[in-house]
Amino acid sequence: MDQVPALVRVFAYLSLLTIGGGMAAFPEMKVLVVGVHHWLTSDQLTHVYSTGQMSPGPNMMMVAEVGQLVAGLPGAIACALAFFVPTGILTFGVGRLWRRLDHWPWRASIQRGLGSVAIGLAVAGLITFGKTAIGGWVTVVLAALTFLAVVYTKINPVFFILGGGVVGIILLR
Amino acid sequence: MSEAAAPAANTSKRSASLPEIFAEFLLIGAISFGGGVVAYLRDGLVRKKNWFDDKEFLELTAISNTLPGLNATNIAILAGDRLAGTLGAAAALIAMCLPAFAFMTLAGIVYSQHAARPLAAAALRGVAAAATGLLAATWFKIGKKSLSGVYDAFFVLAAVLGVNYFKLGVPLTLLIVGTLAIATYRPRRTRETHRETEDEWIRSLH
Repeated sequence: MDQVPALVRVFAYLSLLTIGGGMAAFPEMKVLVVGVHHWLTSDQLTHVYSTGQMSPGPNMMMVAEVGQLVAGLPGAIACALAFFVPTGILTFGVGRLWRRLDHWPWRASIQRGLGSVAIGLAVAGLITFGKTAIGGWVTVVLAALTFLAVVYTKINPVFFILGGGVVGIILLR
Repeated sequence: MSEAAAPAANTSKRSASLPEIFAEFLLIGAISFGGGVVAYLRDGLVRKKNWFDDKEFLELTAISNTLPGLNATNIAILAGDRLAGTLGAAAALIAMCLPAFAFMTLAGIVYSQHAARPLAAAALRGVAAAATGLLAATWFKIGKKSLSGVYDAFFVLAAVLGVNYFKLGVPLTLLIVGTLAIATYRPRRTRETHRETEDEWIRSLH
């Protein structure tokens, strides 16, 4: 319970870095959750983030699992509110101003510029993620096959994630 | 929720009651397995409910993309606001998040009890490896659709090097590369080209 204020601070801050999606914030999340606060190990954070990919709705609700593991239900609620409410209020405000911003020439510049930076940050997050998630040839093959399957088929990716778990049980014990 | 209670932001042709909004977003929040929530939102809000046309949905997606926060929750907030004002936005956000919150909190309880078992640890290693492939595929697809030209390639590379090689941290990297990118694309061109890019992107979701 005494960790709740720190959880709120950390996840409210992280939410502001989710430009283009949650992956952009992953390296900073790892620094704070694993390095600074020692709430989880690197492996645990990778597991929790991966579980988020199986969830319906916003995948970044994985922050609630971090909160649950650190401080139980109050921690889960605190993390979810800290992560989704501040950026939510920002979106609400900007959404109402948007019609006026439409004639502001820099709006298109920001949209265009941040688009490529967001992808760069996501790739950076993915590299950070892969450093823990990938180790040994089985995980390399599994990641590569999942990549190809998601790019080239229309099958719901959640089945590949579950399949990864089955392969893990058979080959990674 | 009467029309009078919805403020000026309600520019949508239609409005909806709070229970209707809550129910629809709860449904989307509960069935949107496998990522790509934006596609589920479009199915629900444009095709099924007819609350928005494609053009307006595209506008919501564009706002959501530019701002911090996730597309799924940002679109929910904007859509809820246009349908029923402030309370509509709150109802949409809460409903969108509730199923995932329940899922992830339960996952945390299960994880803390069973993660140490060898079988569970092996399964989680497999899940993490597959998730790496999924995340790479998701960003590969987005990159293929929205990146073009030497500048974009440079900004992607600069962001990766800033975080992973120079260890500047995400905020500083975002500040430096973001400023550089926005300055590079400073107002010069017509806005039409960007609209087309967005159009392609939203079509690519299906």
